[in-house]
Amino acid sequence: MTRYFTQEHEWIEVEGSLATVGITDHAQSQLGDIVFVEVPAVGTELAKGKEAAVVESVKAASDVYSPVSGTVSEANNAIEEDPALVNSAAEGEGWFFKVELADPGELEDMMGEEEYRAFVADLG
Amino acid sequence: MNANPAGWRPSMPDPGPCAEAGETVTGNRALMLEERLIFEIGDGETCGVDLPDPAADATNRLGGLARTSPIGLPGLSEPETVRHYTRLSRQNYAIDCGIFPLGSCTMKHNPRLNEKVARLPGFADLHPLQPETTVQGALAVIDELATWLLTLTGMPAVAMSPKAGAHGELCGILCIRAALEARGESREVILVPESAHGTNPATAAFAGFRVEAIPAGPDGRISLEALTGRLGPDVAGLMITNPNTCGLFERDIATICDALHDAGGYVYCDGANFNAIVGRVKPGELGVDAMHINLHKTFSTPHGGGGPGSGPVVLSEALAPFAPLPMVLRNEDGSYRLVEEESAGDDLPESFGRMSAFHGQMGMFTRALAYMLSHGADGLRQVSGDAVLNANYVLRQLEDVLEAPFAASGPCMHEALFGDGTLAKGVSTLDIAKALIDEGFHPMTMYFPLVVHGAMLVEPTECESKAGLDEFIAALHSIAERAAAGDLSLTQAPRYAPRKRLDEARAARSPVLTWQEPGQA
Amino acid sequence: MRYLPLHDRDRSEMLAAIGAPSVDALFSDVPADALLTEPIAELPPHASELAVERHMQRLAGRNVSAGSVPFFLGAGAYRHHVPASVDHLIQRGEFLTAYTPYQPEIAQGTLQMLFEFQTQVARLFGCEVANASMYDGSTAAWEAVTMARRITKRNKTVIADGLHPHYVSSITTMARFTQDRIDYAPPALSPDCAIAELAARIDEETSCVLVQYPDILGRLPDLAALAEAAHEKGAMLVAVVTEPVALGAIASPGELGADIVVGEGQALGVGLQFGGPYLGLFACREKHLRQMPGRVCGETVDADGKRGFVLTLSTREQHIRREKATSNICTNSGLCALAFSIHMTLLGERGLRALAAENHRLACIAADRLAQVPGVSLLNESFFNEFCLVLDRNARQVVRELAAKDVLAGVSLGRLYPGDDALSRGLLVAVTETTTEEDIEALASALEEIVA
Repeated sequence: MTRYFTQEHEWIEVEGSLATVGITDHAQSQLGDIVFVEVPAVGTELAKGKEAAVVESVKAASDVYSPVSGTVSEANNAIEEDPALVNSAAEGEGWFFKVELADPGELEDMMGEEEYRAFVADLG
Repeated sequence: MNANPAGWRPSMPDPGPCAEAGETVTGNRALMLEERLIFEIGDGETCGVDLPDPAADATNRLGGLARTSPIGLPGLSEPETVRHYTRLSRQNYAIDCGIFPLGSCTMKHNPRLNEKVARLPGFADLHPLQPETTVQGALAVIDELATWLLTLTGMPAVAMSPKAGAHGELCGILCIRAALEARGESREVILVPESAHGTNPATAAFAGFRVEAIPAGPDGRISLEALTGRLGPDVAGLMITNPNTCGLFERDIATICDALHDAGGYVYCDGANFNAIVGRVKPGELGVDAMHINLHKTFSTPHGGGGPGSGPVVLSEALAPFAPLPMVLRNEDGSYRLVEEESAGDDLPESFGRMSAFHGQMGMFTRALAYMLSHGADGLRQVSGDAVLNANYVLRQLEDVLEAPFAASGPCMHEALFGDGTLAKGVSTLDIAKALIDEGFHPMTMYFPLVVHGAMLVEPTECESKAGLDEFIAALHSIAERAAAGDLSLTQAPRYAPRKRLDEARAARSPVLTWQEPGQA
Repeated sequence: MRYLPLHDRDRSEMLAAIGAPSVDALFSDVPADALLTEPIAELPPHASELAVERHMQRLAGRNVSAGSVPFFLGAGAYRHHVPASVDHLIQRGEFLTAYTPYQPEIAQGTLQMLFEFQTQVARLFGCEVANASMYDGSTAAWEAVTMARRITKRNKTVIADGLHPHYVSSITTMARFTQDRIDYAPPALSPDCAIAELAARIDEETSCVLVQYPDILGRLPDLAALAEAAHEKGAMLVAVVTEPVALGAIASPGELGADIVVGEGQALGVGLQFGGPYLGLFACREKHLRQMPGRVCGETVDADGKRGFVLTLSTREQHIRREKATSNICTNSGLCALAFSIHMTLLGERGLRALAAENHRLACIAADRLAQVPGVSLLNESFFNEFCLVLDRNARQVVRELAAKDVLAGVSLGRLYPGDDALSRGLLVAVTETTTEEDIEALASALEEIVA
């Protein structure tokens, strides 16, 4: 199991051809109290870099981009029910969706955990 | 002697140990009165209007659709009603209470003369579909106001019917769509500076355009290079705010307009900041093609707690033929006629159509006209001068304690913009705003424009005296110093308002938008 | 100038503090050739309050106000008695001169009022939720079309023939630019709302059916049958109410199956005002809440746990969502919503029902009396407070002739449907509690003189 990170503050954990996607703890802290989440329906075809989900705080609405291409195999409806879960466990129970990878090569230019934490630290 | 039989003995209380200020039985605190909802104090039987009770045996011609279920509307007697709304009103801050320095909103004094003339029965008690012969005075008001707007902006035509600023934007953008269609072109892109009001991109998207952002240069003005580099045959137009939302005049506006026109596009100017230049600059002479004018900003019609607004749109020769219906025109004999669908074919054959049911915000027209007549050409010029003077005074008195990102870009216009750069960790723009509430002021606009982090946009308007401004500046100066020093008590503000900070996350996570009987929620 | 508090002494001191030589110098960023150096010569100089009032009174005097003559106009704007306390209360400065309640700690008055307003509107319309108001009924109707499109992901709108033609016109203007398809034809002079024919036009591509209730001819369409037909095809039913007082007498659109109910709230509290500002009402089912346009106010608690109200769900709105917003709308019609809500509070359930009954009673008297005029017949089988008369000649001409006799007789269909000869003999007559039996008699006898 390997966890990758993107500059758009998504994390992706890969096991075989199945990837779990969420937003990072840094992202949730930047948004503040999250009040609404919309995750893609199972079966949705996602393209890398395209809008996949929506996350909203009281004063901000953000699109979550899919870091990889593929088909959604599972969506975390628990965060739609209880958006606060994304605040409390962004990189765990607050995951967004699972996707069957179309092209594992897309993972190559992503950051590892240490690299991402350094990237965030640089943002100030 | 008979020593004071009533027992009323005036004296100050002993300065003994004071009991901790506790809750009152009612929840009220002297003049600050709590008020329950009408659903909690009224009932379906109480009525504050005297009306005949319906006859029990009355027949009806309602086609079998007579109401059989209760509506669930509580009523109150007249004294209870007056008290309910009076109590509610006292929980509001308002221009009538003090400075309301909301950047981009132009909260100026609302003269009561405006209210008086708007209520003359000859204006207020007039039906929009009365025969033209019976509403000549109303049409004259629309025409007279239109003439003022055209003269002040240096433009040849104006559409009076848009109902608010955003509706005016839509009107202008639809004129651009219609003009392009008439040219047989389908340009798809509207350019919008990053610092624009949110309504600009929303309007362009609503009208079917694709929106692309143009960055600002380091001095807070639109990047001419980025703009001209993006122009091309797919660009329908630019939506620009001038003075812009950073409080600066776009020096290159004439060049920008020329560049757009050379590339076959149009320039829409967001007129929200017209108060800075009214009587001093005619936007038409700078080359803009359309501009809405918020009568509720520059021309003092009341904001009413969120509307109604009014947003007439002035138009260039190029866009005038496409203006919406209805339109008031003057006949040769000096009387007025209303151009609606019927006569549009003769008078306005290329009009893009009707935007709303009637003729626009007449109640705002009478108020705005009364304001313009009161000020006159000389007064309006003084308005913009004083508004800009007040803003520059605020900017220079506070730039030592607050980050002023564009202070070096020259004088500001009618708004002073600050960022959150000097604030210590743990204190935010929001805390500064809430601390101002405790000092008795309405906060400035927060977190707008988006191009400045933690933005605070202060628009004092021309309606503040120097003494009033000094008081506001002193309070904000002190709060800014505390914020820079990391005084975390600011995060507890406001302490003295009718409510402390409200849990907005809770409101949004499980919205409660209507009252439910207890137990039914 | 009486509205400007700065003195020249203040200006000098402030300029010194800024380090600028003059006020004009603050405009140094304006291109010199565009900067005016003198007051605009074509405009008059400032004027006293007395002079301005005189000028405006003179203009007002050139109009025939509704209250000064027998008056029967409706067609989307209704003259009702507004209790004196309504206008007093909306002129309290704390309501009149407040801004949108973006700082909720010092705007609870406006916010609680909006929460009460939303509840009143939702209940009146028979819906679960309502927004804090929109510009007017016609723009609210267009917003409903776009909302139905977002929900159903279809773009064909079927409009019933009885929708106010100015509303139809506003919608078709917008639809031309957004590629929404509109299926509409004007009405015939018939008492029948032709629900079956309307239902037959709904297909699998239809996002919604728009129907006015009561409709432009005063008829009362059977919404329940239409709701069933729409839902069968996966389309939504949008009801448009231009006379909210009617809902004190007839069943609400929501209880008859409408999914979205929009309306013009002008009839309660706002007044005629020559067409604006008016009050757009908008209500829907709770499950569609996030697709609803416009501001909404919601209940919450403050840091001490006390109940309070805030504007909420603002991520749908333009200032956050920008080009992805549900609408570009930036204001509501706050002060008109306040007037509506106060009037509704004064009436309450009992008052609104009594008001509606009184309107209907007088309208029935008027319909019967006017139908006795030779050359005049009543079109409607059912109506609330407005009905359509069929004259033996061009009604628009009759309206003009009656106006010359100081009777404002109603709205001719020729004004609303210019060029449509089949409708040219139709005259819409509205009757409210402000209409007296003497007014009715005045109209009847004036008609008798002209017609036949």
